Amino acid sequence: MEGELPAAPECSSGLPAGGSGGDSPSALLPAEVLDLDGDEDDLEVFSKDASLMDMNSFSPMMPTSPLSMINQVKFEDEPDLKDLFITVDEPESHVTTLETFITYRVVTKTSRGEFDSSEFEVRRRYQDFLWLKGKLEEAHPTLIIPPLPEKFIVKGMVERFNDDFIETRRKALHTFLNRIADHPTLTFNEDFKVFLTAQAWELSSHKKQGPGLLSKMGQAVRAAALSVRGVKSRPEEFMDMNDFIEAFGQKINLIDKISQRIYKEEREYLDEMKEYAPIHTLWAESEDGLADTLGGVGSCLARCCSATERRLSGLSETLLPVVHEYVLYSETLMGVMKRRDQIQAELDSKVEALTYKRGDTDLLTEEIGKLEDKMECANNALKADWERWGQNMRNDIKSAFSDMAEQNVRYYEQCLATWESFLTSQSDLASKEPCEESP
Amino acid sequence: MEQAPRDLERLLQPGPLEPLGHTDAGLEAVLDEKAEGVRDEDGRGDQTMTENFWLKKIEISVSEAEKRTGRNAMNMQETYTAYLIETRSVEHIDGPSVLTDSLWRRYSEFELLRNYLLVNYPHIVVPPLPEKRAEFVWHKLSADNMDPDFVERRRIGLENFLLRVASHPILCRDKIFYLFLTQEGNWKETVNETGFQLKADSRLKALNATFRVKNPDKRFTELKHYSDELQSVIAHLLRVRARVADRLYGVYKVHGNYGRVFSEWSAIEKEMGDGLQSAGHHMDVYASSIDDILEDEEHYADQLKEYLFYAEALRAVCRKHELMQYDLEMAAQDLASKKQQCEELATGTVRTFSLKGMTTKLFGQETPEQREARIKVLEEQISEGEQQLKSKNLEGREFVKNAWTDIERFKEQKNRDLKEALISYAVMQISMCKKGIQVWTNAKECFSKM
Repeated sequence: MEGELPAAPECSSGLPAGGSGGDSPSALLPAEVLDLDGDEDDLEVFSKDASLMDMNSFSPMMPTSPLSMINQVKFEDEPDLKDLFITVDEPESHVTTLETFITYRVVTKTSRGEFDSSEFEVRRRYQDFLWLKGKLEEAHPTLIIPPLPEKFIVKGMVERFNDDFIETRRKALHTFLNRIADHPTLTFNEDFKVFLTAQAWELSSHKKQGPGLLSKMGQAVRAAALSVRGVKSRPEEFMDMNDFIEAFGQKINLIDKISQRIYKEEREYLDEMKEYAPIHTLWAESEDGLADTLGGVGSCLARCCSATERRLSGLSETLLPVVHEYVLYSETLMGVMKRRDQIQAELDSKVEALTYKRGDTDLLTEEIGKLEDKMECANNALKADWERWGQNMRNDIKSAFSDMAEQNVRYYEQCLATWESFLTSQSDLASKEPCEESP
Repeated sequence: MEQAPRDLERLLQPGPLEPLGHTDAGLEAVLDEKAEGVRDEDGRGDQTMTENFWLKKIEISVSEAEKRTGRNAMNMQETYTAYLIETRSVEHIDGPSVLTDSLWRRYSEFELLRNYLLVNYPHIVVPPLPEKRAEFVWHKLSADNMDPDFVERRRIGLENFLLRVASHPILCRDKIFYLFLTQEGNWKETVNETGFQLKADSRLKALNATFRVKNPDKRFTELKHYSDELQSVIAHLLRVRARVADRLYGVYKVHGNYGRVFSEWSAIEKEMGDGLQSAGHHMDVYASSIDDILEDEEHYADQLKEYLFYAEALRAVCRKHELMQYDLEMAAQDLASKKQQCEELATGTVRTFSLKGMTTKLFGQETPEQREARIKVLEEQISEGEQQLKSKNLEGREFVKNAWTDIERFKEQKNRDLKEALISYAVMQISMCKKGIQVWTNAKECFSKM
């Protein structure tokens, strides 16, 4: 048994359909985008296999070929099949002698058997989320791991803990965990489960396991050196994928900037309008025959201000977070591509060594065999997850922009109603004055 | 001493108000020959000429603006804009209009005309000219006087000025105004020959009167406060409106960037491509719609601006009243002191200080003949003074009466015009909202088809 085993004995066994989250850095990835049916027959099959490996189903020694594990891909989460519900809320400030930080409450409700209970409530800080993300990337190098909100905000943020920043981060963390929960493979990751359920001290001790920092660094350096080579021999479909990722990255960044700019301009428009409206009311006070009309215009403008405020909050609730998440996703995608290329590079270098008879031929052949399996699993995993990601992206973008358009329609409808009722009241008062609407 | 104050008060009492006929509101001047019962101040000379002019229906327009170069008073090259004024008369109702006069004038000539009217009709709220320099601009508009948009809006403003004067029952009868429209050459000389500049009250004199007048008509004091408030509130409104326009421009235009990026993005998308592309088109439509919207709003701003400047004209009338009142008060005071001097001389009691009195005390009494002579002089002065005071009083009362008539006319006009402007603003907002609904409904459809 060549595969590296997870060091932590307390990882539970007997998982339902789907792989477990392995802790080993070089864990192989079978095509594990698996059916979430929870069909009992499937369960049996996989649990039998799992028991053989001490539940590392990513070992290259798995009897069944990885290819056969490609099951149908679930593109959309079916609500009735969702069995894990997570919320992130209640940010709280903690002050210690050394530092100040924020924790968020993470509440999990589940009907899954492998969870000891049906409800969990824990407190997590940003560092913990970072740790989880790192573990997921280790376990699944060519899966598209959801992005985390940024560590720092680039533009002049004086107060790290101001309310808007915390709220934006909280929403993003909530999205992060739910995306993992919805992901057919990641949702069964062991570290994910620990994250959701362990108390603070338990989490700390769990974190301490796994390969040390030095070995991780060494791998990273080796990988970076090889990745360039991996690009050259990239199969065509991944070339196309890479092209898309680059172009998409550009576009989504622009969209993000444009959206942020629109928010800023609208915010400033609202500020000016708030000063503009009351001038009319003030003027009305020194007038006689005009007071009525002036007052009417003033109150219309005030109501338009409220409508603008609603439009603004709609923007910051729906469009901005989604677009920004996909900006972060585009960075993730580039990282995934890189890691795929690294595996490719490793394989190619071994093949080259064999070709030029450098080193022990038998050993090389064996290593190449393992790497080829690894490559195939990685590629298939990426392909499948790519499909899924693309589908989600299109849906998310579509609904975010539809929502924005809807918000805008509603905004204009509200303003229209205000002004129209003003006109009606004016024509009621002065019956001899006809009201004509411009075409 | 007790007599004088009561006299003073009686003399200074403003006369009762007599409402007179009201004005035409129309843009075309339709007048009959009968004067409105108001004296023309300066002899308008050829009354028949102007009356014949106004008998027919008149249409005035400032139809063109042209850049010109010429030499100014210091013989330096300068560029200025000249405006074409065309006057048409209509012989019969619904008949064709015939071009009767057409000439070019520049802004400074309009200014000259207005200054003339201000001096000769101080009891009238004289219509204001459009601004000399662009103010309350938002970033897109140029503050340059040569900018075509500014010139265009000025052209409209000048036309409006002429129409306002032409539709004023008193101002329209002015000969100089008539000549402004009909006599191109030599008009400036003609105006200056009237010597109106000499009649103008000095600014300093007016300021002095404002501070020192004791008993102005309360209505004018209130009117002055009102015109200050009006000026300050409209100025504030225009300033903030310009900032709102600026922001709104920003919001709309940034959306245009979506159009460009969506279009680029659609190139790499298979399924979303069409939806993105057509949504992008709607974003472009949205972004470009703001230009027309804001142009319309500029016209609204101009309507408000006119009344901003009208506030100044109101204040000018108030100032004139204060000046006249102060003049009257000074004359009455002077008369009272002379009467007192006379009385003292006659009775021999010295209650007021006079140099003569002092010197006689020091150097001996004056002779009875000398005293008689002085009394006689004073009595002459007093009788003259009484006449003057009477006529000043009458003048003052006439002024108040006539001014208040025009002020009432102005108030009606202002309420009408501003109400109309505000309603047209609401109409503009409605149009903007409708456009917005349409664009975003279309965009939403494109997005949902992606």
